[in-house]
Amino acid sequence: MSFTTLARRRAQRTLTTCRCRARRWQSSTASTDVGAAQASVSTPPAGGHSPSIATSPLLKHTRDQALRTPGLQWHDDDPGDPFTGRETRKMNMYQAVRDAMSIALTKDDTAVVFGEDVAFGGVFRCTMGLAEEFGRERVFNTPLTEQGIAGFAIGLAAMGHTAIAEIQFADYIFPAFDQLVNEAAKYRYRSGGQFNVGGLTVRCPTMSVGHGGLYHSQSPEGFFMGASGLKVVIPRSPLQSKGLLLSSIRDPNPVIFMEPKILYRSSVEQVPIDDFMLPLSTAETLVRGSDLTVLSWGTPVYTCHNALSMLADPPESISSHVPASLRSASVELIDLRTILPWDVDTVVASVNRTGRLVIVHEAGPTAGVGAEIAAEVQKRCFLKLSAPVRRVTGWDTPVGLQYEKFYVPDALRIMDALMETLNY
Amino acid sequence: MFIKLCRGWRRGLPHTAYTWRVAAAQYHHGSLPASQVPITPKLQFINSVSTDGQKVPTYRVLDGKGQLIDGAELPDLGEDMATKIYENMVLLPTLDVVLYNVQRQGKISFYVTAHGEEATIIGSAAALADDDEVLGQYREMGVLLWRGFGIEAVMNQCFGNEGDTSGKGRQMPVHFGSKAKHFHTISSPLATQIPQAAGVAYALKRSKRKNCAAVFFGEGAASEGDFHAGMLLASTIPSPTLFLARNNGFAISTPASEQFAGDGIVSRGPGYGVESVRVDGNDVLAVLGAVREARRRCVETGKGVLVEAMTYRVGHHSTSDDSFAYRARQEVEERKRIDNPIARFRFWLESRGWWNEDREEELKARLKKEVMSAFKKAESLKRAELSELFSDVYAGEEPWNIREQREELSSLLNKYGNEWEPWKQELEKFKGRGEELMGTK
Repeated sequence: MSFTTLARRRAQRTLTTCRCRARRWQSSTASTDVGAAQASVSTPPAGGHSPSIATSPLLKHTRDQALRTPGLQWHDDDPGDPFTGRETRKMNMYQAVRDAMSIALTKDDTAVVFGEDVAFGGVFRCTMGLAEEFGRERVFNTPLTEQGIAGFAIGLAAMGHTAIAEIQFADYIFPAFDQLVNEAAKYRYRSGGQFNVGGLTVRCPTMSVGHGGLYHSQSPEGFFMGASGLKVVIPRSPLQSKGLLLSSIRDPNPVIFMEPKILYRSSVEQVPIDDFMLPLSTAETLVRGSDLTVLSWGTPVYTCHNALSMLADPPESISSHVPASLRSASVELIDLRTILPWDVDTVVASVNRTGRLVIVHEAGPTAGVGAEIAAEVQKRCFLKLSAPVRRVTGWDTPVGLQYEKFYVPDALRIMDALMETLNY
Repeated sequence: MFIKLCRGWRRGLPHTAYTWRVAAAQYHHGSLPASQVPITPKLQFINSVSTDGQKVPTYRVLDGKGQLIDGAELPDLGEDMATKIYENMVLLPTLDVVLYNVQRQGKISFYVTAHGEEATIIGSAAALADDDEVLGQYREMGVLLWRGFGIEAVMNQCFGNEGDTSGKGRQMPVHFGSKAKHFHTISSPLATQIPQAAGVAYALKRSKRKNCAAVFFGEGAASEGDFHAGMLLASTIPSPTLFLARNNGFAISTPASEQFAGDGIVSRGPGYGVESVRVDGNDVLAVLGAVREARRRCVETGKGVLVEAMTYRVGHHSTSDDSFAYRARQEVEERKRIDNPIARFRFWLESRGWWNEDREEELKARLKKEVMSAFKKAESLKRAELSELFSDVYAGEEPWNIREQREELSSLLNKYGNEWEPWKQELEKFKGRGEELMGTK
């Protein structure tokens, strides 16, 4: 049982710190109109963590906003008016993830949820109460073996069942790399379509959390980007998590679903309580703009949004670095959402309009997702580009514990890259 | 409530207060929180499954001359079943010899024979229900043949032609698969199928099917982490997984003595809480009896069971291997002479009056004819359409990158397909010569 204890402690440490993170990088004029969000910002707390996103206008703070989410598709027979006849509830991201799995388990008798420590609710509480509700036959712990969890899930899915497996941290998905890349990704192709593992979804918490060090911070999506046959999905919020997770579970292909763990508690929004899905391989434009495109996914989407605000209205301490001419720049912000296969059309259409692209992600730059996208955009938008495609990423180092503030791309680094790209 | 939950299908977790009390009452010196083991004042190390330090014995029914050994019991077996087993055992080397030589002539790219393991493979196949799910390593073609896969389907897969129902010519030879025959498609990465089998078995259990997931692997593959994972999963999340280890003494060039220091694979089973047995893999009746009983336990208890079949890899590892580089030709010849599983079973069949020289001649002539005819047919068939290179990567809407890459190859083919000799020659081998890809069809 020592492993369980270890995992619980690990989780409690993480959660405790999340709860402590009460100080916010306040947006003084937080507008609910996402397209016009140009809020002023104060400097982040000295030595603190990245700002809370609780007041972010990217989140759906009202029922009406939630119900009008672009691309939302109801997955039931309710004929009611989609904008008025539905209810929403305030949820954080772990509750939304739990809600999605609860719906999947309710509607699909073959669906099972398993992984390390999921039976008591999971170290991030994403499976809370599911074992009690659906029974230990359908929601259960596995031994501590990631390659085993992935292999077991593939076996279940090969029999046409729905396997929702959890890897406790994305950092620990590598023991399952062989099963995911050599097996899951190639199952359909190699059998001539006779067998498939479309019912497989692997969930894992990802990205930095303030103090995760080397092995509770990684963003390994880039490693899976070349594994054709897999899909890789990363949501940014509770509503997104529920809709994209239900799509992932029901997609006829194996999906790796990476949940930015710092958002489990810090992101809270109105989420429709009914069964709905959001489309995979579709990016979402969050802020319209005409001078430059910023592309990101997961946690840094919020950082990018903060950087946009900072560029428009820089804090006093750094305002001398921000020429007045750039403050009125119109920047488009896109959430990629699906890493593989990614939405090239939305990104290219945007860059063809703006002529400039900045890609932001937490993983290091070399052979990261940004490298792939930059190459493709360069190929398709060559004549429209007014500046080199810029990447703001973590460094090509492991995520050193005490250095995280200087590792993770923060609003300042993003703002600086925006200025350089606009000035090119 | 918590204790009740734990003591449900998970058989009770030993760390509950309930089991502590039971354990404390049971053992004189008390007990430990995370286990129910007795406490002893005597310092004693162990290195054996048995209390007397002996190795796990091998279950055998027939001796080298096909006679029942003292105290052995014949498995229930009629003449039809016995001759079907024999015929399938003989079919294996018949196919192996032809396909091995076909590879040597460069007509197929690769091949793996099962020489010496006929009894292990066919005996296991005969002990399983035809709708038990099978996950193999690559030397288990005999299971498919037993289930009526057909010689033509074997040939077509090895040639990777348009008749390849296993995988449209995408995988190397001997990577068979058939959904209809409940035989999951073989893949090259070793041992990956072992934890998958536990998942398949759990699905069977949930579907209330009275079947097991039978997973074959060699003693070398059992060194992979996935073996460990599979055994753990099938035992802690009880699922009817039948582990069938073919211990043939070699993993390519590595002898079993360099693969593990313990008592083979069978001794590991009890460490995982898995019922385990070791059987003479060259004695088809022992394999039949052991696997049949293992399967019965597996399905009835809904838990994993391990069978280690002791055999010898008479052939080279594959057509890319010359095994005399690491073992003496004499050793192989001796093993073939002393203990040939096919001859051993034939002696027994003859002693029962179920087989004779005439039947042997007839069988050999018939199988050879069938194999040669399937070979000629397979050789003459074209490959699947070239566009199959791009299909089945994803289900549902095809991603843009794959669509664009197909279009790129298509335009290159239109530009150079009739001029660039290497492509021109290769296109001739495909059904439709790639025209469906070039948009001229």
